[in-house]
Formats: sequence, C-alpha cells, structure tokens
Amino acid sequence: MPRVDPSTPEGARAALTTMWTIRRFEEALEDLYSRGLLHGTNHLSIGQEAVAVGVCGALEEGDLITSTHRGHGHCLAHGADPMRMMAELLGRVDGYCRGRGGSMHIADVDAGNLGANGIVAGSMTIAAGAALSMRMQGRDAVVVCFFGDGAANEGSFHEALNLAGVWGLPVLFLCENNQYGMSMSQDSSTAGGSVAARGAAYGIEGRRIDGNDLDAVHAAAAEAVAGVRAGGGPALLEAVTYRYRGHSKSDRNLYRTLDEIESWRNERDPVDRFEAAAVASGRLTAEDVDAVRAEARDLLRDAVQRAVRSPEPTVDDLDGAAYAGRSTAAVA
Amino acid sequence: MAEVMSTSRAINAAMRVAMAEDPRVFLAGEDIGVYGGAFGVTDGLLGEFGAERVRDTPISEDIIVGMAVGAAITGMRPVIEMQFSDFVVNAMDPLVNQAAKLHFMYGGNVTVPMVLRLPGGGGTGAAEQHSQSLEAWFAHVPGLKVVAPSTPQDAHDLLLASINDPDPVVLVEHKLLYKAEGPVEVRGSLAEVDAAFAGTVPRRTGGDLTIVSYSRGCAVALDAAEALAADGVEATVLDLRSLRPLDLGPVIASVTATGRLLVTHEAPGPVGVGAEVVAGVVGSEAFDHLLVPPVRVTGRDNPMPYAPGLERATIPQVEDVVAAARRLMAEDD
Repeated sequence: MPRVDPSTPEGARAALTTMWTIRRFEEALEDLYSRGLLHGTNHLSIGQEAVAVGVCGALEEGDLITSTHRGHGHCLAHGADPMRMMAELLGRVDGYCRGRGGSMHIADVDAGNLGANGIVAGSMTIAAGAALSMRMQGRDAVVVCFFGDGAANEGSFHEALNLAGVWGLPVLFLCENNQYGMSMSQDSSTAGGSVAARGAAYGIEGRRIDGNDLDAVHAAAAEAVAGVRAGGGPALLEAVTYRYRGHSKSDRNLYRTLDEIESWRNERDPVDRFEAAAVASGRLTAEDVDAVRAEARDLLRDAVQRAVRSPEPTVDDLDGAAYAGRSTAAVA
Repeated sequence: MAEVMSTSRAINAAMRVAMAEDPRVFLAGEDIGVYGGAFGVTDGLLGEFGAERVRDTPISEDIIVGMAVGAAITGMRPVIEMQFSDFVVNAMDPLVNQAAKLHFMYGGNVTVPMVLRLPGGGGTGAAEQHSQSLEAWFAHVPGLKVVAPSTPQDAHDLLLASINDPDPVVLVEHKLLYKAEGPVEVRGSLAEVDAAFAGTVPRRTGGDLTIVSYSRGCAVALDAAEALAADGVEATVLDLRSLRPLDLGPVIASVTATGRLLVTHEAPGPVGVGAEVVAGVVGSEAFDHLLVPPVRVTGRDNPMPYAPGLERATIPQVEDVVAAARRLMAEDD
C-alpha cells in the first residue's frame, strides 16, 4: 500500500502538510541566509513541491530514493526529520551528515533515502546499482531516481537507462523538469525537446505529466511503481514543473522574464492548486487548510529553534572519517 | 599447501574463494563472462557461479562503476574489472566523486565496500591509451584505498582483503605480471586474510642501499639488486604493496641503516608515488642518516609510445636502476 493516498481526506491532509513543510523549510533557509546565519549555497525547489510529495507518497516502506542537488523536497517527502535537515544545513553535529555534507548531500539511509548528490546525474548510475542490489537480494523494493532536465544530457543518464533497460532493473527514473539547467532552457539544451521520449530508445515507456498537479503526479507515480514492482522493468516519468527561485544564490534571473515566473506562481502553483482541488472535492475544508498551514509553520519554527542549538562539529570528528575501516597503514 | 601458479590464476582463485563463501560478492565488467576477461583472469567463473553473479556489462564504464557504488551502499560486495585501467577515466565521477566521498559526506551513514580491479602498465605494445600507470591519481584521493601487488600470493591475498574491506579499494594489476608464476597458498576463506592491509615488506635485504618499489617495479628492482650484488653492493628491496594508506615505517628504518634511497616505478615521476616516498623519508628521522640525496628512477615523462624501442625507453629497465644505484654508491666514496 502506498504510504499516502491523497484521494482520501487523511491522505490529502498528509500530502498538503508535507508540501507546506517543504515550502516553509526552504523559506526558512532563505531567511537564515539573508540574516547571515547560513553559509555556502543552496538550491531551492519552491514551486516544485508536488513532484516530491506525489512521488514519495506513492512508495511503500522499504522503497529507496536517490536525490539531486535540489533535493530538500525529496528528502522531506521521503521521511526526513526537518530538524536534522536544518541542523545539517547549519553545519551542526545533529545534521544527517554530522555537518559534513550540507544542502546537497542529505542521506537518510534508514528511511530509504540513499542520498542527495551534488553531481548532475551522479545518482543515476547509483540508483541502477541499488536496483540491481534489491533484485539480487530478492527484495521487491523499487528505487526512484530523481533527476533534473539538465541531467538528461549527461552520459550517465543514457548509460543508466541502457543498463536498466537491458537488465530489466526495478527503477523508476523520475525527471523533475523545471525547464532550466541553471540558465540553459530545455529548448536550447535538449535535442528532440522531450526527456520522456528518450525512454523509447531504451525500450522504456516514458510519460510526460503535469508536475504541478499533485493528484496527477501521485496517480502516475503509483501506476509506474506498481508496474516496476511487478517485474515490468524500469519506467520513466517526466514531471513538468517550475522553480520560482534562481538556480542558486548567485542567480540574477537574466535568462527568463519576471512575467514568466509570475505566471507560474500565480496561475499554476502546486500548493494553491492542491488546496483548491482538495476543498472543491470535499477532501479538506478551508479550516483544515488553515490548520495544516499553521502546523507546518510551527513544525519549522520548532525545527529551526532546536537546530540552532545543536553544537558545531569539532575538527577531531574528521580523523579517520573518510574510511569505514582502517585509514592508516597496518603495522607489518 | 602452496602450489605454483600465475598471478592471473591466483586472482581467479581469490574470486572463487570469495564468491563461494559470500553471496554478496559478485563480479561485473566488460567481457568477463564467456570471454573470460580480456586477460583471461575471470576464466571459468561464469560456469561455476552463473550469469547473475558474473555479469557481462555493456561497454559503459561510467555505469559499471556507478552501479557498483549503488550495489555496495545497499549491501552487496561488487568486484569490478576495468578491461584496461585507462578506461577508468570514463568512470572518474562514480569513483572519485561518489565511491570515495559517500561514507564521509553522508556522515558515516553508508559504507562502500567495492573493489575496482585495474589492469594497467606498459610493455605490451598497446601504446598510449592502453598502457598507463594511473595509481598516483587514486592514491591522491581521500576515501580510496590503493593496493598494488607484486607477487601471485599478494595478488591473491590483497584481493581477498580488498573484498573484505568496508571501503572502496583500487587494485592495481600490472598486465605483465599476469603470467608471472610463484608459490600461492590458496586461502580457505576471506577470514584467513586480515581486512587490514599489511604494509611495506622486504623482498631482499642488504646493508648498502634501499630500493623501494611496488607492482612490477619490484621485479625490476630485484633483478637490479642481483646485478649489483655481483659488484659486491648489497641492496634491500622494499615492496610498498599499499599506496594508500602508505606504510613508510619500514622505508624509514631501512634508510636509517643504509643511508641511501632509490625509488623506482613505471609511472612518470612528477607528483608521483616516488615523490611521496622521498618526501616522507627526508622529513623523518632518517634524514640525518642519508649519505647522499635520494633518487627516483621512473617512467619517462611522456605518454607510452608504440615503437618497441621507444616503449622500452619509457619504462624503467634493470640497467637504469643499476646505473642509478651505482651513481648513488659512488657519490659518497
């Protein structure tokens, strides 16, 4: 059974709570950054929440995901604790990676998150390997490999789809197409114009879906995951969405217009759309929606307050830390 | 009970021991199944263990290594053959950005127990793109371990130890050593070889000069030492075996006694393993015992050429090591 079914009142409430948690989490990052409390850089997925929540909600206990440099939403939707994520971004010892990884490298293996990855398409080959591993161990887990439209032009994308196709691996390749690889639009970077269509070359059914419609994402992901789990081999979904914020902190938005951003935010926002759909269908009341918003706000406020109290790591934590086993020469 | 076998059979026997004992171990690489591998190292294993565990892959080095990373972090123990070490250049992201980083970067939440076998080195007439000695690249990366056996027994043992190790290990195999024979005691299980890599060991002892090498360079060093012995110069030959971690203790102790250090390897000299060894010795208590400046005898600083004479000139020969050793002996007379 999928963990979240947004067609039910309970599922709709859970899905909306996670979407608001992701949005409030990333807004909190912006706030901390602007106040000089957060260093480095980060990549925000504000506007893309329906993809992470719709897909992860369609998974079952034991299923695995791999994520990207824009992965806060995937991690939270797959069960990460906002406090430990916030602590990681703040570089504290209670962070998922003890402050060593930061924004681009959250891994929560116990929850089935094999890790976000700072290399574009870097997790695609890893996801294929994890899928092989599941099959060799006789486990019926499905691996969901999140990747962006930019990753579809890396060699790793093609090698991963080819191997998954020829070996029939249980992996769902989930393209989160936010239409820009940093500043490069999909139109100018992607021959053929479609990531989904590339699946056909590898014998993999590819579908393009509305990534800002949570119900549609969930339904498509649930169907694809069921097919993969049943032994049908890999699947490919291309969820079309949009990021409101820049690629990262250095972005001056010179490659797109304010009108374009505003039109997505005002007319196609995934949170607004799901709230409206859930209320119109009777799954949620207006009071439920208000309660969920307040709940997410309080959850993040508490997460930030606890995360900032977590100590900073000390340098001795690095000794031998690059190795699970012996890191110095044995005495002969 | 030791039996005489080639290095390639010793490696093959280690894979057989590991596969029979541990169902998590599997092999993957280009043409390692029916073909038996480009150098025959995996010969016979497909028939014994089946196609699920002896996996022929497409010619896709990026995903061969990336797939191994994904399998390793989810409970398997992949042993990967790069057909030629040069091809690993197509897989540097999964090896350097992923395998070497994940344990550290994810705060210790994952381990990456995988082995990458790299057949490398020149002397086969395969020219620039099939003859490189790239080990210094990998020894430079925190998170990787690099071992480079010189004997069939060490090839056997170091592969078993690498499979047993919780970290990603690059196993440097010199193609010219595959047919070299020696006594090998085939281990009964993975547990017979300690997961901790043994460090530097002497292959020969003498009081006049310390020669340090690894992999096929040890054979060159030992032949040179025999030639020097005919002149009455007795050399110690030390085999590093592991390049990361690097065990310099025995080197420092030996140089303290002999006062003369010569390092030789097939890889080019600049920013190489030899430089690291010399820096380690010069920065140690052995410095005060040095009678002459240390010297390196390394591969010529150019890509590996095809013409036999040029290839030979690029790879350090026994006479090169002997000549350098004689200069070392003469300098403080």
